[in-house]
Amino acid sequence: MTESILLQPSRPVGIVGYGVYIPRYRLPATEVSKQWTGGAGGAPIKEKAVPGLDEDTATIAIEAARNALARAGLAGRDLRAIWVGSESHPYAVKPTSTIVAEAIDAVPLLQAGDWEFACKAGTEAIIAAVGLVGSGMADYAMGIGADTAQGRPGDALEYTAAAGGAALIIGPAHEALARWEGSLSYVTDTPDFWRRPGAEYPSHGMRFTGDPAYFEHVVTAGRLLMEQMNRTAADYRYVILHQPNVKFPSRAAKMLGFKPEQVETGLLSGIIGNTYSGASLVGLTAVLDEAQPGDRILVVSFGSGAGSDAISLEVTDKIEERRHLAPTTKQYIERRVVIDYATYLRYRGKIKMK
Amino acid sequence: MRDVAIVGIGQTPVGELWDKSLRHLGHDAVRAAMSDAGVETADALYVGNMLSGELSGQEHLATLIADFTGLRGIEAAKIEAACASGAAAMRMGVLAVASGMVDTVVVAGVEKMTDTLPAETTAGLAMAADQDYEAAEGATFVALNAMIMRRYMHEFGVTKADFAPFPIIAHENALGNPNAMFHIKLTPERYAKAPAVAPPINVMDSSPICDGAAAVVLMPYHRAQEFGQGKRLVRVAASVSATDTLAVHDRHDPLWLEAAYISSHKAYSLAGITPNDIDLFELHDAFSIMAALSLEASGFAPRGKALELAASGALARDGRLPINTMGGLKARGHPVGATGVYQIVEAVMQLRGEAGANQLDHAHIAMTQNIGGSGATILTHILIGDE
Repeated sequence: MTESILLQPSRPVGIVGYGVYIPRYRLPATEVSKQWTGGAGGAPIKEKAVPGLDEDTATIAIEAARNALARAGLAGRDLRAIWVGSESHPYAVKPTSTIVAEAIDAVPLLQAGDWEFACKAGTEAIIAAVGLVGSGMADYAMGIGADTAQGRPGDALEYTAAAGGAALIIGPAHEALARWEGSLSYVTDTPDFWRRPGAEYPSHGMRFTGDPAYFEHVVTAGRLLMEQMNRTAADYRYVILHQPNVKFPSRAAKMLGFKPEQVETGLLSGIIGNTYSGASLVGLTAVLDEAQPGDRILVVSFGSGAGSDAISLEVTDKIEERRHLAPTTKQYIERRVVIDYATYLRYRGKIKMK
Repeated sequence: MRDVAIVGIGQTPVGELWDKSLRHLGHDAVRAAMSDAGVETADALYVGNMLSGELSGQEHLATLIADFTGLRGIEAAKIEAACASGAAAMRMGVLAVASGMVDTVVVAGVEKMTDTLPAETTAGLAMAADQDYEAAEGATFVALNAMIMRRYMHEFGVTKADFAPFPIIAHENALGNPNAMFHIKLTPERYAKAPAVAPPINVMDSSPICDGAAAVVLMPYHRAQEFGQGKRLVRVAASVSATDTLAVHDRHDPLWLEAAYISSHKAYSLAGITPNDIDLFELHDAFSIMAALSLEASGFAPRGKALELAASGALARDGRLPINTMGGLKARGHPVGATGVYQIVEAVMQLRGEAGANQLDHAHIAMTQNIGGSGATILTHILIGDE
């Protein structure tokens, strides 16, 4: 008998609340190409979300957390863990998670360390939350993925490095708006993208970030999860993949057998950019904003370094009464102020002030 | 002087081989060739390679590959002549066997180009040019070829679109080669729309950055019948190397590959043939301009008329002079130091009748030509299959 490799908690759990936050500023890709290519060549997306002067990963995480609490109908004190995953924590040492915990009045009796696994730090934190609640150690735990990604000027990633985040509260399955069916993570040491201490901008291996990194991990994790659950793409109403651009998730979804209509709701990178640790989670919130009871959702995140978390969810009948209790993803996306490259430089602190 | 036979061939697929390092690539090709030849040992290994030191921090490459492949103790040396390293290593192998000094020689071409980012790889490739007077002045290798192509277009009144047949033929032929890097058909529209690299050269004029290794086993012809597992033997009828000025600006005529002229015409003479006797030509299409210039200097088209020849259909597999029958540098790929040996391997496949979907009806005499730099070192080999 082959033992199942699916990761499942000892007691059933699910998402009891979800929340998103996307900053309002938008930098069109045309502004970037105007600077660096004279407008020649294409752009991987239309525009990306840029944080304002008083925003950072902590503020984004707090907004998302508040929205998640509102949908869950819980107070901060109900949470036994708040775990923020990001690659732009404001401090190298001093957790973002404790700032969020204070801001939502969750202190002092909780776990609050930070997580890092490039763009999958958020889903990693959420799977840990599933473990905490699923083992019976706690009733509610929150995982957050949020980033204010910095793009190196003139680099290909400058078009897409964006800001945003989402929070999920994990609780008992009977209270959930989406049941957690199981997950499977696929991880190797593949250095496709990294940032050394003290470095302002990350480095990446260009073409090496494609097949051996993103596709290898996303497609393998997705395929293995579906195999373990005896399912195919047709069994899912929605799929959300990590979205560094539009091309990669579109191709990976096709490789996994998904059709464009299963992908489109959760694919937002074209209009908000790559929110790094937020990416697949923000896509999930957009799906939860419209999904119907009984709908199955597959989420596959990707973090450079590298690994993917594949997660299978089933929406419950509690979704209808809860999703309107906080702003929707669409509302944040439509709340936009277009800025130019100079304003972007100022907001992102790229101008030498001394 | 003994006649030299090719008794075994081997190759890895060409592509972005993320999981294969130099020593693995070398091992895989060498063992495949030795197995094809039915030999367990060899007396010498010559490895053609251009960039192992610069891109992988590894020189002393032939000895490393001999060691890793279980061929300890044998003679080994790395042979370098920029993108002609593969054919230059073949020449060493032929000299060793023909001279009577070595009996069983493995010649391999090995290159690993995808472990570095484009900027470093480009700087490495610029070493094929004159460092002090070309590269240090800012000319990249593609820029030098672009200048030659621009001058050719000016002097002979041809347009960019006229070069399209070269990559189109290459891609068409690669469809039938499982080891080729690309398996996509190319249309004239796609060629015209391809992004510029260094105008007038665009992405579809340029062979790709990639990894790969190919190898052959050489033996004296009179002994070779016992080996090669009953496959048709191929005799090396000519192996000629010639050089020209390194820098384009020192050439007597930048639009004439003098080294191709010298090596090809000496090769015809040694083999006792004329260009009309050639059944297939594996030419060096690192850039489409080089394909045109190779055809002209080797006597297949008058000066300025290579593009007309290409447009006529004569160079397709069903034409009278098929070129790049397995995809050439453009579509099979150009792992620079390995290419010269891939050309030999592919010619042997045709001569043996092993070219599968791409098998030519008539393949008795094959020509391969490998160019180093912008034309500074050019080797021509003529291979003849046994009846």
